[in-house]
Parts: sequence; C-alpha cells; structure tokens
Amino acid sequence: MSAPFLVLDNLTRRFGVTTAVDHLSLALARGEILALLGPSGSGKTTALRLLAGFEAPDAGRVLVEGEDVTGTAPVARRFGMVFQHYALFPHLDVGQNVAFGLESLGIRGAELASRVAAALALVDLSGYERRRISQLSGGQQQRVALARALAPEPRVLLLDEPLSNLDPALRERTRGEIRDLIHRTGITTVFVTHEQDEAFDLGDRVAVLRTGRLEQVGTPEALYAEPATAFVGRFVGRSTTVPAEVIGIGPRGARVRVEQVEWDVPPTGSRPLPAPGAARLLIRPEALWLVPSAPDTLAGTVETRRFTGATSAYGVRTSGGALLEVYGVPGAFAVGDRVSIVPSRRAGGGLHLFPPDEA
Amino acid sequence: MTRPRSIGGWLLLAVLVWLIAYPLALVLVNAVRGPGGWTLEFVRTFLSRPTEWQALWDSLWISVASVALAALIGVPLAFLFARYDFPGRRVLGAVVALPAVLPPLVGVLAFLFLYGESGFVAHLVKRLFALDEAPWRLEGAVAILLVHAYSMYVYFYLFVRAGLASLDASVFEAAASLGAGRRRTLLRVVLPLLRPSLAGAALLTFMTSLASFSAPYIFGGGFRVMTTQIVSTRLNGDDSLAMVETVSLTLLALAALWLLRRSDAPQSAGTTGKGVAPERSRVASPMGRLALATLSWVLALVLLLPHLTLLLVSFVPVGTWTTEALPPAYTVGNYVTLLRDPVRARPLVNSLWMASLATLAAVAISVAAGVIAVRRRERAGPAIESLLALPWAVPGTVFAIALATAFSVRAPLAARFILVGTLWILPLAYLVRNLPITGRAVLAGFRRLDPSLDEAGASLGAGRWRRLRRVTLPLLRPALVAGATLAFVTAFGDFVTSIMLYTYDTRPVSLEILSSLRNSDVGVAAAYGVVLMLVSAAVFAVGAERRAAG
Repeated sequence: MSAPFLVLDNLTRRFGVTTAVDHLSLALARGEILALLGPSGSGKTTALRLLAGFEAPDAGRVLVEGEDVTGTAPVARRFGMVFQHYALFPHLDVGQNVAFGLESLGIRGAELASRVAAALALVDLSGYERRRISQLSGGQQQRVALARALAPEPRVLLLDEPLSNLDPALRERTRGEIRDLIHRTGITTVFVTHEQDEAFDLGDRVAVLRTGRLEQVGTPEALYAEPATAFVGRFVGRSTTVPAEVIGIGPRGARVRVEQVEWDVPPTGSRPLPAPGAARLLIRPEALWLVPSAPDTLAGTVETRRFTGATSAYGVRTSGGALLEVYGVPGAFAVGDRVSIVPSRRAGGGLHLFPPDEA
Repeated sequence: MTRPRSIGGWLLLAVLVWLIAYPLALVLVNAVRGPGGWTLEFVRTFLSRPTEWQALWDSLWISVASVALAALIGVPLAFLFARYDFPGRRVLGAVVALPAVLPPLVGVLAFLFLYGESGFVAHLVKRLFALDEAPWRLEGAVAILLVHAYSMYVYFYLFVRAGLASLDASVFEAAASLGAGRRRTLLRVVLPLLRPSLAGAALLTFMTSLASFSAPYIFGGGFRVMTTQIVSTRLNGDDSLAMVETVSLTLLALAALWLLRRSDAPQSAGTTGKGVAPERSRVASPMGRLALATLSWVLALVLLLPHLTLLLVSFVPVGTWTTEALPPAYTVGNYVTLLRDPVRARPLVNSLWMASLATLAAVAISVAAGVIAVRRRERAGPAIESLLALPWAVPGTVFAIALATAFSVRAPLAARFILVGTLWILPLAYLVRNLPITGRAVLAGFRRLDPSLDEAGASLGAGRWRRLRRVTLPLLRPALVAGATLAFVTAFGDFVTSIMLYTYDTRPVSLEILSSLRNSDVGVAAAYGVVLMLVSAAVFAVGAERRAAG
C-alpha cells in the first residue's frame, strides 16, 4: 500500500470501567472500502463515532492524508456519515436535506440547485427534490441519506449499519447499489455491520472486532481461509470446534488425534503450528465428507439434515459426543444413519488448529 | 457528543438558584429570624393558634374532597366519550374540556353571576317558588368545592381519556376470552392499567386545589384556607407569621407530592406496545341512544352555562341589573370602554406584555436547559431539571411571598435588589411560575429528539447555532408551542401572585376584574372575563393548529 489515506492509530475509548475501543489501529488506502465487522458490544459503532468525531478518544489519533484530525470537531472534519436510522431531517424536504451540507460550505443559488440535483441523480432519485421525507420508502430514505452525505464531497464516507433498517428482500439489491455508488465516486469508506454477508460483499477488506480489540483485518478470502483466531474462525463462515490433541509435527503439517482417529492438519497461513498437546480444531463443513460406515474412521450418527441446494448440511453426532456440521450429497443419508466422517479430497483445507484455552 | 466543558450550564444553574431556590430559602430564614436574631417566637405563635391549624386542615380536606369530586365527574365522562358512540360525541368531546379556558378568577366570577345569591339561578328559583330571598348563599366550603369540581374534573377527564386511548384492544379481548364479564374486566384489568393516569390526575388536582386562591378568596368569607390566611396575615402587617404560614403550606404541598409520588410506584408492566385502541361500541337501542344523547346535551349546557353567563353579563350596562331575573338592558358599551378608556385598557396591555415577556423568557430558559441537561448531559443538568420543576410543587402564594421577600431589599452583595413596586416584579413572578410548565414540555421534547439528527447536522458541517436554528428548534416546535401556550394562558389570567405583587401601573386584568366587581361594575368585570376567556381559547386553538402543522 502506498502512503495510507486514512489512519486509525492506537485509538482507545473507555466508558467508565469498560473499554469500548482498545488500541485500535487500521490504515486505509485512498478509495478503499473497509468493513468493521463484529457482534454487538464489539466496539465497532464506537470506532465509527470516534472517526466521525462524535466521541473523543482517550488515547490515539485519527489521520487523514497525514493530517491529524483527532481534535477536529465533526463540523470541520468533512467526513460524510450515513446514520443507522438515516437521521434525515423530517421537517425539510428531500432537496433541503441534500442541500444542508452544501449550505454549510457557503454554496448558494444556482450552484446549490445543480449540486443537489447531481447528488440526487447519483442515487437515482432525480426530480425528488420537493418530496417530503415521510413520503419515501425505506430504501429511498437510505439513498437520500447517502446523497446528503456525499453532496458536500467529504473526504471519507462513514456508514453505520447501512442495511439494517431495510427488509431482507431489499437488502441485497441495495447492497449492490451502494457498492456501485461507492466505486463510482471512489470515496474512501468505512462501514459498520454485524452481518458477514454485508461485510464480504461491500468491503475490500474486513476488520473483525471483538470486545474493542482488532482480531484480524484482511480480505474476505483471507479471513475465511486463514483465520488468525478461533473467534474469527467461528464468526466468519460456518464451522464447528472440537477438542483435539497434537501428537506430532510432520511434513504435511500437524498430526492430530480427534477422538479415535488421526488426521493431518496443515498450518493456517503463516501462523506456526501449536506444540504437541491439547488443542482445539476448527472444522469448516466442507473440510469433511460423509461416507457409509467404514472401519478406522470417525464414526457418527446423522442427527439433522438441512438441504441447501448443491449440498446438504448434515449434523453428525460422533461417538465421542461432538456435533459436527458436514456437507454431503443431498439425500445420500437419512436422519439416524450410521456414517463415517473422513477428511474431504482437498485434504487438510478448512481445518484450523488453535490453542486449547482460546475461547 | 463529547462532553464539553462549558460554563453555560453552571451559569444557568446560578440564575435558577437565584430566581427559585434563594427566595424560598429566604422565606425559611425569615420564619425563624426576627429583628433580635434567631428566634422560634413566630413558630410558637403559629402553633398556639387554633385558627392556623384550622386553615391548614381546611386546605387539606378541601383538596382531598376536590380530588374525589373531580374524579367522580371526570372518570365516568372519560369512559363515556372513549367507549361509546352516540350523536354529537365529537362536538361534546371538545365542549367537555372547555372549563380549561376559564382562568381561575374568571370561573369564579361566572359562578358568582350564575349560582350566587343574586345570580340567574337564584332569581329563577325565587320567581318559581315566590321567595323573597335566595334559599342559599354561595359561600364557604361548598362554594369552593363547586368551583373546584367544575374546573378540575378536566384533569381526570383528559388523563383518563389519554390512558384509555393507549390501552390495546387486545387487553379487552383477552379478558373476554378468559370469561371475565364487564364488571370484572373493569375492576381487574382496566382500572389497574389506568392507575398511572389516575394517579397523575389526582396529583395535579390535589396540588392545584391546595394552591387554589381565587375561589377561597371570593367565596371563602369566614372560611379560611392557608392561601387566603397567608394573604390576610400579610395584609395585617404580620410578616413574620406570614412566613411561618408560607413554610407550613410548602411543607404540606411537598409532603403530598412525596406521598402521591410514592403510591404511584413505577409500574412498567403497563401497555408498552402501540396497540390499536378499542373500537367504540355503538349504543344499539334507540331509547339508549336518545337517553345518552339527551344526557350529554344537558351536560354540555351545564358546562357551558358559566361561559354563556359571563358573555350575557358582559353586555349589561352599569347599574341597570338589580332585581330582575334577566338583565333588562344590553349594550356593547362595556367593551367600548375596555378599548377606548386608557385607564380601562391599561390592564389588558399590561397583562399582554407581561405574560408575553414571561413566556418568551421561560421558553428561552427551557431550551437552554434542554440543551444542557438532555443534549449535552452536563454535570449541572440534574440540578437544573429539579429547579425547573420545583415551582410546580410550591403554591403560587408561596412564590409571591418569596419573591416579595427576596426583592424588596437592596443588598447587591447578597444578590438582592428592589424589584417589588417596579415594572419587573410581575413578569419575573410569572416567569418563575411558567418555568415548570414550559420546562416540562420542552425537556420532554428534547428527550423525544433523536440525537443523531444533531450529529447529522454536525457531520454536514453545520455549527452549533445553525443546528439549533435549522434542526433542533423546528423539530421541537410542537413542544415549544404546547409549553408556550399553556404558560401564556396561565400568566395572562394570573391572580394569585399578582394580587400580592402588583402596583397601580402594572395592574393586570385579574386585579381590574376584582376592583370592577367591588365597584359593582359587573358588566365591565364580565367583559374583562370574556376577553380573558377568548384570548385563552384563541391561544389554545392557534397552539393546537400549529402543533398539528409541526
């Protein structure tokens, strides 16, 4: 990455005894879209508010193009923000809402009108200037909020759970519209979400937060294929975790005993393999394969079956008592069948070892 | 928002302490301090006099009885209008709230003309039964209770109607599906759910009647409640005793507030979902419909009689109405006098500017309090909120005494200035009395505002003042209008504080009504009353419209 455009440097924000954001450092290139992903209480919204300037950090800095804006009031920061509930001004019409930020820049008259029109055209709402906010659908309100935030040409765009207020049918389409819009304007964007699909679809990179700390940042593919922590592994994509024991390190990775069988687990990215001893094994559903009951394999009983299209997800209870989720050919097994669980043909992919104490 | 270290909050707190807490504290000090220093002499005098105990007791039982009477009238009316549909329901529903547009003194005046011993009803009864004298006198506790019941049932009516409207229809359906009859549903389901509304109305009625001054002052005669007792003690020049009386009334008010608040323990199990209000049941039988309709129209007439009486009397020329049942002559002369005669017009102008100024100031202070206490959650916030609410719990008479005490002395170092006898004391008194009204409305408005609207303004580059002007104030408009109308109407018709603080140059309408009445100039008194009534009604109407538009 060339010199980063937006930098979060060791940002920390405490509320009383809880630390909402804990030494968070991130850097974005110009035009990059970063998703802050995490469960509720992970500090992602506080991080966004620190960026916007609505919260002041207890420590750390925010830099834009090398300029320290940590002490700059939100008014002067020139960051556009789209709020979770949009925060459109209900007493102003669509045009007045969009004009609001332009007027702050002293833009008046014909230029104001043309810039409002341009911003509305950008979100495909040309001619909506005189509509009242209450006359708009949820999706239209969201686009007005985007137009209003983008009209003053901010340096950075911040989005707080941009899709959470839309009904599911509308979400996917709106997601596509937002992605196109951001790419067209080329604006550096940070958005907050607790939905993995949203983060993967919109974000060039995704930062996973947990209790205020950054767990991992990377492309969606990297997060899925190389989770840095068991938390990221569990939070991103489907998986089950079972206790395991590392019994040796070989050329193909770690030799791991799960219940009565032994599997080879290759290293995850550049992370070193754990030392022999107790460990936790994170298993993606596609990492294993079900076959009819055979000797010297991990035996189990099908408990649940969920048809997903190309495959079915089987819930298999092992003889050791663990419940694993495994993909298999739809209809190949029925609930109650005795089956064998074997590593799939892409041997070792989708298996990740973590220290036993890591939650 | 980050917590700004602003001195604005502390400044506002200081002003409120100076206006509200400080004068009250001075009353307390003066109750136990004579020319020779600290003393319990006045307290002992107070305690040893049976008349003082009697006045305190009378205040208490009149207030309790007022609550009972107001509930007896207001609650059934609320049920009638909320649950049943009958011809004329809409119009009557508005008429039922009409006693609210009568300022206390004007209501008393109307009752005097209507039910007094030389009023219309007495004349009618005398004529019907060929009596020489009216068989009753409108005075004492009965007269006071009559006025209280008439003017205060509106609290119960409005609170219970709002409570009923917020009840979910499914509550009734659930009770019915569980086999509960009407009676059991009412007693076991509806009334418990209405408890907050009932408690709120009871508290408001109790405090209002404890502070009531106009009715006891005009009708009391030898019957003294504490408010009238204080005024008469002060007129007798016994200031120190008046202070002790003031303290006793304040303590009674605060004790009642505490008790009623405590009995209304937060009961969050109420209806939280925004339910569908139950359908009104149409009264099916034609006889039932007729009976209900007749009853309601008779009721409406009774409720409107005081207003009509006032209107009629306002057209009576001076000295023409003596023994006749109806006035023999009518003229618009009283109104012409009111407008043309500078001496007569003066009180109207006075009341207008003083009430307007007090209302504007109260709104400005309330908005500042909202920004400090709700928006920015400054450290001074909770204290500011408590001080704003305090004058509500303290009877107007008490505040009049307190302000008269604090601002009749020049002691700049103690922050005391001579304001009594100047133009400024009445607007100041109205302001203090308005603060809880506007404060409550405006703070509630601030709480309903989504804070992200202000943040949105900030992220769009709008500074503090532009956000206030373009975002916050327009969105607060319903709350501002509601607070301002109620405050203006209260100040415009004020009698209780005015009677203790006015000067000839600042005499408000209420005092002019009183003096017209004393001069037997009933037509002019009634004309002033009509003007007060109409201005109040107009302000309410404009307020309702602007609130709806906002």
